[in-house]
Amino acid sequence: MTSKPAPRRGRKRLGSRRRQPAGSTSPKSEFLRRLYYELLRVRRIEEKLALLYQEQEMRTPAHFSIGQEAVAVGVCAALTAQDVIYSGHRCHAHYLAKGGNLGGLVAELYGRETGCARGRGGSVHLTDISVGMVASSAILAQTVPVAVGSALAFKMDASPRVAVTFFGDGAVDEGVFYESLNWAALKRLPVLFVCENNLYATHAPIWVRQPKGTEIYRRAQAFGVPAEKIDGNDVFAVYQSARRAVERCRSGQGPALVECLTYRWLEHVGPLDDTDRGYRSRRELDAWKRRDPVKVAARQLGALGVLTPPAIQEFEAQIAEEIAKAVAEGKQAPWPDPRDLLRHVY
Amino acid sequence: MRTLKYWQAIAEGLVQGMERDPDVFVMGIGVDDHKGVFGTTGEAFARFGPARVFDVPIAEQAMTGLAIGAAAMGKRPVVVHPRTDFLFLATDQMINLAAKWRYMYQGASEVPIVVRSIVGKGWGQGATHSQSLQSLFGHFPGLQVVMPALPRDAKGLMLAALQSRAPVVILEHRALYETEGPVPEAPEVTPIGTAAVLRPGRDVTVVAASAMVLEALAAARQLEPLGVDVEVVDVRSARPLDTETIVASVIRTGRLVVADTSWPTYGLAAEVAALAAERAMGALRAPVKRLGLADCPAPVSLPLERVFYPDSTTIAAECLATVGRAAAELSARPVEESSFRGPY
Repeated sequence: MTSKPAPRRGRKRLGSRRRQPAGSTSPKSEFLRRLYYELLRVRRIEEKLALLYQEQEMRTPAHFSIGQEAVAVGVCAALTAQDVIYSGHRCHAHYLAKGGNLGGLVAELYGRETGCARGRGGSVHLTDISVGMVASSAILAQTVPVAVGSALAFKMDASPRVAVTFFGDGAVDEGVFYESLNWAALKRLPVLFVCENNLYATHAPIWVRQPKGTEIYRRAQAFGVPAEKIDGNDVFAVYQSARRAVERCRSGQGPALVECLTYRWLEHVGPLDDTDRGYRSRRELDAWKRRDPVKVAARQLGALGVLTPPAIQEFEAQIAEEIAKAVAEGKQAPWPDPRDLLRHVY
Repeated sequence: MRTLKYWQAIAEGLVQGMERDPDVFVMGIGVDDHKGVFGTTGEAFARFGPARVFDVPIAEQAMTGLAIGAAAMGKRPVVVHPRTDFLFLATDQMINLAAKWRYMYQGASEVPIVVRSIVGKGWGQGATHSQSLQSLFGHFPGLQVVMPALPRDAKGLMLAALQSRAPVVILEHRALYETEGPVPEAPEVTPIGTAAVLRPGRDVTVVAASAMVLEALAAARQLEPLGVDVEVVDVRSARPLDTETIVASVIRTGRLVVADTSWPTYGLAAEVAALAAERAMGALRAPVKRLGLADCPAPVSLPLERVFYPDSTTIAAECLATVGRAAAELSARPVEESSFRGPY
């Protein structure tokens, strides 16, 4: 069954900020390059933000996505601008991959009036409604049922839109996750559950929280929801899986779950390496770094002849310029006016 | 004006709200069954069918999140809980998300959900089927909390909730469901955040909420022959609280008794008392009295229930105390023979 794509509106999501350097010029090659560009862009942004974070000027607890970017980028590449996403505390990558305004993110971290939530939300409460990044929140699994509710609205309106909820393996320990799966399955709602399994909930490894031999994706299957576990560090694998799932949602066949195995490089919250703290090893991190999603994608595309080192260099330059501008603007942006403290309370 | 029962007024308000706005839908335990949540959703189901009135699993947290997510996409969900006590399971979504939404995303989007729940009382409802959560939800900026006492406000506040941009909690009271009163046929809104002076009086103000409003009116009648003129203020909204009406009344009478359907400690009664202390201290001629549930979980056994809940006589006694007279002057209130039959 083929899906009917929702009409596109506004700017395109992938790599449309600048003209891309040419390698092979087929649409498929172009798409693959854009995917890489997005991946690289999220990585460089997060690296820069993590660096700047150490200046102590971003007064908001930030959970960086470095190491996990392929999930956000791969899934969002399978969506249209009309589809909506929800996220949790580790939400920068999702916001950016869906097309969220970079300046809005940077200014939000600096607590400025030009932030995406005007300095009232902070790192864990990002929104850019214009591109379908509806909300993220710091309570685990909190936005899972909310995405299901948006899917319900789409179904009620016979709209082809799809809702996506990004959450981690920690959120799977929350009861509301199962309540949400149950309802989504029962009503065959167009919602994609994306579990970003990075193996840790704060500092607790998955094996002290979930029974040995159980798999997150199989829990979805228990509700009759098609689910698969994939390599979350392979952006193309993520994209392919998400595309199948989204098509399924869009064609009225109901929800799906994708469990993406990945790994967080930095500490749970904050910009530093924490492998000296005892809960995980340097060796474990190094092993995952050898599966760096950005390098993996570059290798794959290089082998296909789609991506060349000069193209990467040009991407790097574009991205660096974009980041520098956003940071400069964010740091100079106006603070919220204390007289506006109570604005938007009912 | 024709007369409706409280539950009929709710049902009518819901239907008219759904007629007015096609984005309104109703979800909750038993909203489409033969009982229709004590008659309040049956007509809506008959009129609008299962697409807009449907049952849900008993999963309060997810169902509230579901409503929020639908609201963010432009819908106006009404989530119905046959007992308010189950709202504790929905508090993460209601307090941590719905209440914060507009503020923490600074108006980028809104989630105007309506959460209806019914407070139980009597017939051995017991500790976990009888709580009224106005002080809990009223504590948090970003929510609106209404507590209709009269049928006309049960309808008017329902219509107001369905037009508010805020998430609204409607605390209905089961003990009021069979009470009757005039209700306009037109979809007339009772503005959220407005109290009503239901009975003007010179000597003492009784600020009451929900079922206690009827007790306060009865107390006023009990005190009439004793020459004590009671002013009864129905708060109607716990948040926003109509501070102007309350303060003006207290300044007029110089005396205040607050009668709430929940515990006085940290409660709505405490809030109203604090308001009087802050804004009407100079006018007060007697200490403020808070009345609410006895300081224990709700018991089941009848003689315990009778002393657990304050009633009109308790209110009248406190009113007398504020004017320096003894409760002994009151004749015992006859125990009303309720037409109510179990199981509830």
